[in-house]
Order: sequence, then structure tokens, then C-alpha cells
Amino acid sequence: MVIIEPQGLSALFDALKQKGYQLIGPRVVDQAIIYDEIGSPEDLPVGWTDEQDAGVYRLRKREDARYFGYVVGPQSWKKFLHLPILKLWEAQRDGPSFEIIPNDEPVPKMAFIGVRSCELQAIAIQDRIFLQGDFVDPHYRSRRENIFIVAVNCTEPGGTCFCASMDTGPRAQSGYDLAITELYDAERHVFLVEAGSPAGETLLEQLPHRPATEADIQQAHQLLEQAGKKMGRQLETEGLKDLLYDNLEHPHWQKIAERCLSCANCTMVCPTCFCTTVEDVTDLTGETAMRIRKWDSCFTSDFSYIHGGSIRASTYSRYRQWMTHKLASWHDQFGTSGCVGCGRCITWCPVGIDITEEARFIRENPVT
Amino acid sequence: MENLEKILAQHPFFKDMSPEHVAYLAGCAANARYDPGDFIFRNGQPANQFFLIRYGKVSLEIFVPGKGAVMIETVQEGNVMGWSWLVPPYRWHFDARALELTRAIVMDGECLRKKCAEDPRLGYELMSRIARLIEERLRATQLQLIDIYGKD
Amino acid sequence: MAAVPDPMIPIPYRIQTVQRETDDTFTLTLTAASSEQIAPFQAGQFNMLYIFGVGEVPISISGDPSTPEKLVHTTRAVGTVTQAMQKLKPGNVIGIRGPFGSHWPLEEARGNDVVVIAGGIGLAPLRPVLYTLVKYRERFGKVVLLYGSRTPEDILFRRELEKWRQRFDMEVYITVDRATGNWRGNVGVVTKLIPRAPFDPYSCVAMVCGPEIMMYYSVLSLRDQGVPTESIYISMERNMKCAIGFCGHCQYGPAFICKDGPVFRFDQVEHLFNKREI
Repeated sequence: MVIIEPQGLSALFDALKQKGYQLIGPRVVDQAIIYDEIGSPEDLPVGWTDEQDAGVYRLRKREDARYFGYVVGPQSWKKFLHLPILKLWEAQRDGPSFEIIPNDEPVPKMAFIGVRSCELQAIAIQDRIFLQGDFVDPHYRSRRENIFIVAVNCTEPGGTCFCASMDTGPRAQSGYDLAITELYDAERHVFLVEAGSPAGETLLEQLPHRPATEADIQQAHQLLEQAGKKMGRQLETEGLKDLLYDNLEHPHWQKIAERCLSCANCTMVCPTCFCTTVEDVTDLTGETAMRIRKWDSCFTSDFSYIHGGSIRASTYSRYRQWMTHKLASWHDQFGTSGCVGCGRCITWCPVGIDITEEARFIRENPVT
Repeated sequence: MENLEKILAQHPFFKDMSPEHVAYLAGCAANARYDPGDFIFRNGQPANQFFLIRYGKVSLEIFVPGKGAVMIETVQEGNVMGWSWLVPPYRWHFDARALELTRAIVMDGECLRKKCAEDPRLGYELMSRIARLIEERLRATQLQLIDIYGKD
Repeated sequence: MAAVPDPMIPIPYRIQTVQRETDDTFTLTLTAASSEQIAPFQAGQFNMLYIFGVGEVPISISGDPSTPEKLVHTTRAVGTVTQAMQKLKPGNVIGIRGPFGSHWPLEEARGNDVVVIAGGIGLAPLRPVLYTLVKYRERFGKVVLLYGSRTPEDILFRRELEKWRQRFDMEVYITVDRATGNWRGNVGVVTKLIPRAPFDPYSCVAMVCGPEIMMYYSVLSLRDQGVPTESIYISMERNMKCAIGFCGHCQYGPAFICKDGPVFRFDQVEHLFNKREI
């Protein structure tokens, strides 16, 4: 572990750019912190933080000038790996036949700056879906293989965070090339950096740095320890899968549906939700056809449509599908929870439905 | 008589019924045979028979003016038909027409009612079996009604 | 980085014949339009069929597994894609991805009686089973086919049903919900045929395919006859966009119908079967 100064951060960005990486990181746009292309540390949300609660997200000025003093914004890194809209292939008509032209557009090398631990876990979960099953998604794979991850340990959990419950944070455990802890106090502003891969190691060598002292490591450790205790939400996961399976007909689903707008926000902001639909389109001449894959949501009525109607016609069944998928059937399908405790579904729900609260209610009022 | 008793005992409807009860009921039974096209009973006529089909096939149908005979169900070997003799006004609500050469045991409804009244234990046993048939028929009718193979 | 085969890219197949089965049901026979072919299939599996510019749909394979180079699909024209498909002509090319999913338990059925229960278009995914049962007849005990259809006009594969019915080593019972014309056969729901069917409930395998409600009542009736739940298999249907477990549409509790199904042993899904809108 080493210590770099804020200028070292610039050197890191430059080194990544030199290696051909496009830098993607947090920046303030339209009163939210989003992930976008960035050029230098000045593009980071320096001195900003975000206040979050159920259905609430506000940017606030910090009293200090920390680079990473915010929680997480509406977006997650999935939009760079599992694209919201992707052309799968094109087809060219050829008389009564056609020819398929695969989409092998070059994929950019991307460096993700400021990946939180919960988000690392979310990427690992999507890896299981798209890389580790019977089939591999070549589009996800080509992007995934070309990223460099700079994780930032979370010392500032938000009002809707519960990664400590899900065992997915706040400290980055694995899946990064470099992990940074921002150390900020009256005396200094430095970054404690740890390499998590040979590529990270090599890069770190090139940056101006000094070895970390025991005190530096202790300070980071304490910050993370405190962060773990500052979670805005909590979710009891013990026996949760069976609890939900046993309560598929709980009247509470109907109560949630009275509030749920079936707007699909929770699925769009969720860093693990992976559902997609496809659209087949042709150009005006009808000579070229295209198959496009788009993010989809289990909250739409089309989602479960089968000749004649929707399987999940009512809102309660859609919310139940989503929540039991996240917290129960995901385990059966992928050997892990589908929830990393990032809290986005709570923050971005326009009516403030809170997955931790709904799970707690069912736990406290089971119908079996 | 002994022969009829044996046939009754072997019919699925009387499966596991006590031999005494079967023997008692056999007094109401007679053999019958129908050629293809024969009407076994007709809608509106007095109903006084319970049929245990041994062989062949019978169509239960309703005649709809302008549409002709609409087949509701076919009944065959191992099935039973007719329970209108159970409840007033003891009249058939369908036509029953043999589609093939059909052999059946016909049990006299009045005779059955009398025996059931005399021996309530037997009566309960018989009614339970018929209730089960009615339930099965109702369930089948519901399935036909929702048109499960239909487009919408 | 080694190139991975893209499971979303269809393989071109040329239509050889378009056979009208009923008013709204038709059968396509296809052969590979290039040197590329899909892998051989097993009875019960399905393919994704793509029509240029229109879309892609999952359709079960209704042909003979022993001649996989001749791909046969029977479907009903109910949506945009299948309606466009109905208008295709021999010589037209469509895209195929597959075969996908689980298959009917023909191995488990060896040495046992086999009861095949089909409702409506549900006969199509079971036809590969019937081909196999007939081809390797000596491997199985009694073979019974119970088929329920809406009306006599909706009966699929008439010629084959007649051929099978004439066999001395196979029982074929057909019933319709509504008799029309000069129908002389059975009238009533398909479940009514179960008690009469000659098979040993304690050493049989039942394969059931049709609307969910029909499968459910068939299971109840099979159990009434003494058939253990572990000997009963059904085939499920849900919306599908990818067939490879990526799109999420076909989830049924913990199962993806496209990967874990469509064929399930009934006890795998029993706990979900009567739950509304799962």
C-alpha cells in the first residue's frame, strides 16, 4: 500500500489515458452525480455530496474539498458493460434469403474511476450471468475484458445504503485493479492506494508515491469501520430466501401495489438487473434489418406477454417477481443474492418504496 | 341374478362397495342393449333409470333448433349416466343416443330410491359415489366452458 | 482473446414445405441453407425462429429426432411473427437458433409404460416423443396417447394419428370439447380419458403438454389413478426473447423456462403451479 497526493491522481489519469483508456468517472450533471467521460481530477464532484432517502436525492455542497465525498448516483457501471441499447447484428436481404452481419464494432478500453464496493459486487454478479453460465454474451465479454477498475472505498455511506447487511462493502474486497481510500483531515488530503491486480501494480509503480505508514493504514481502517456503522438502512438476510418463497401469497404484496406505479425505475437504477428485450427493425427500403437489444423491466406489461395476455397483469405480481428475484430466486439461479445493498431502488422510487422495509414487514408478519 | 351381481361388482362405479350392498342393489338391475342410433332416453321424458355402460358409446346431446343435435359429452365403457331419477321432477334434461352397439346395466330409479330410504347407510354410500360423479362432470363442464384451447 | 460464438446469431434455414394443419396452425419443414447447421435436438426442445425484419419467436420442434437435418416446426398463427411466418413460401429463408431447453424423459421411460397426454397445439412438442416411441417400440411397455382438441377441425396431425391408432401396440384416444359436423368420436375434456387408459400407474412415465389448466387437471387425474408425482412431466410456456437465460422474460420462480425447462418433472414446479401470476 502506498500514499499518493492529489497530484498523483492526475498522474494516474494521465497514465491510464496513455495506455489508451477512456476515463469514465463521476461528475456533476443536471444536479446529480453521474458516470460519464472525464478528463482530469477537476471533473470529479469535488466538494459535493448527496443526501439520500426513500424517494429523495439532493446534491449538497460539502464543507471540505473531497473528491469522493458522495455516495452513489442514479447510474451504475452496468450501462458501460451491459449497454442500455445494443445492436446485436444486422441482416442484409438477398432475394428470398438474407445474410447476417455480426456487430463487431471495436470496443473502447475503459477505466472506471471511483467504483464503490457494492458496485464491484454488482459487476461480479453480472459476470456470473453473462460469462459464467452455459452461454457467454460476447458483447458483455469484450467490454468486460477491456476495463481497468479504480475502486474507491466508501467512507460516506448514504441514507439508503445497506451494503454492510449484504456483506458487499463498504471496503472493496476484490475485483479491482487499484483501490483508493481518500484520507482527509485538517492536516492533509491524500489517497491510500492498494493494487488488486498485476496491471494495477505496474501502474502504481509509475505514479509518484511514498510507502504507506502504519498510521495511514490505521486511519483508513477506522474510516471504513465507522462507515460500516453508518448505514442508513439495514436488511436481515438470514433465512430471507425461504421467508419470501413461503410468503408468495402474502397480502402485503397487494399493499405495496397500492403505492407502486410500476414505473420500472428500480430496475433501471439497479446495478444487477439484467433483463432485456429485443427489437427487430428494418430500414425504409426493407433491405436491411437490425436486431437491437434494450434494457427491459419486469414491471412492464409486455414483459410477460404470451399470446393472449400478460402472465403478470397486476402490479403486485410484478413487484413480487422483482423482489423475490432479487432476494430469493437469484440465489437459486446464480448462487448469490441479486441485491448489493446500494440503495438506489429506494432512493429513486418516486413513491419511496423501500425493499428493506417490505422485507422486514413480511418477516415480522409472516403468513404461512 | 347372480350373474348381474357379478357384473355390478366389477363395474368401476361399484368398486370396493360391500358385497351385501351390491347384492341388495342387484335387485334393481337389468340388462339392456342398444343399437347404433337408438335413443336411450329423450329430453323431457320421465327419468327412472341409472345406466352403467359395459360396452359401446353413448352421446349425451341437446337438440338446438336450427343447429341440430349438439353433443355435450360421450359416455362409454366403465362410465355411468343418468341421475335425473334422483331428484324431482324425475325428468331427463338431455337426449342419450347410442353411437355404437351399446350394452348396459339399467337400474330402476324408483327401486334404488326405495332401497336407499330403507337402508340409509347404503343410501349415503350410493349418494357419495353419485356426488363424486356430479362433481367430476361439473369440473369437466367448467373446463369445456373456459375453452382452454381457444385463442383468447 | 479467443472469439466466443455469439448465441444470438441465427443460422439460415430454407423452407422446404409449408403444410396447413388446421385453420390457424401450420407446419414448416426446413433444411440448412448453408453448410452451417444447428446441433441435433432432443424431443421436447425448441428453437428460436427469426423472420427477416419482423422478429423472432420460440417454437417447439415437432419433427423426428432421428432425422434432425430436417427441421420441423408446427405453430399457430397468433402473433405478428407467426402470422408473417404463415405467409412464407418454400424457398424462403428464415433464421434458426437452437436447440434450447430440457427434453422429455425418454431415457427414464425405457422399460415403463408411457402415457402421452396432449391438449390442443400441445401435441406438437410431443410428436418427437411419439416418433421415438414408435421407432423404438420394443424399449417401452404399453404406449398410450390421449389427445384433447377444441373441435374435430382443430385436430392436428390427423393422418399420423390415424396411422398410430391402427397399430396394435399403441392406444390412441382422442376427444373434443365441442363436437361439430358428423364427429363420431369422444366428446369431453381430455382428463376424462385418463381413467380408461390402459397403463400401469406404478410403472409408467406420463408426459403432458397443453394449456396450464389442462396440465393441472391431467396431473390430478393421473394421481387419482395412482401415478406418483415423480413420474409426471409437463412442458411450460412463457415469453422468451433470448432463449439463453439472459433476457429474464421466461422466469418462473427460480427457473428460467428456456434453460431449466420447458420440460419439468411436475414436482419441480408444483409449488408454483397454482400461484397466481407467478
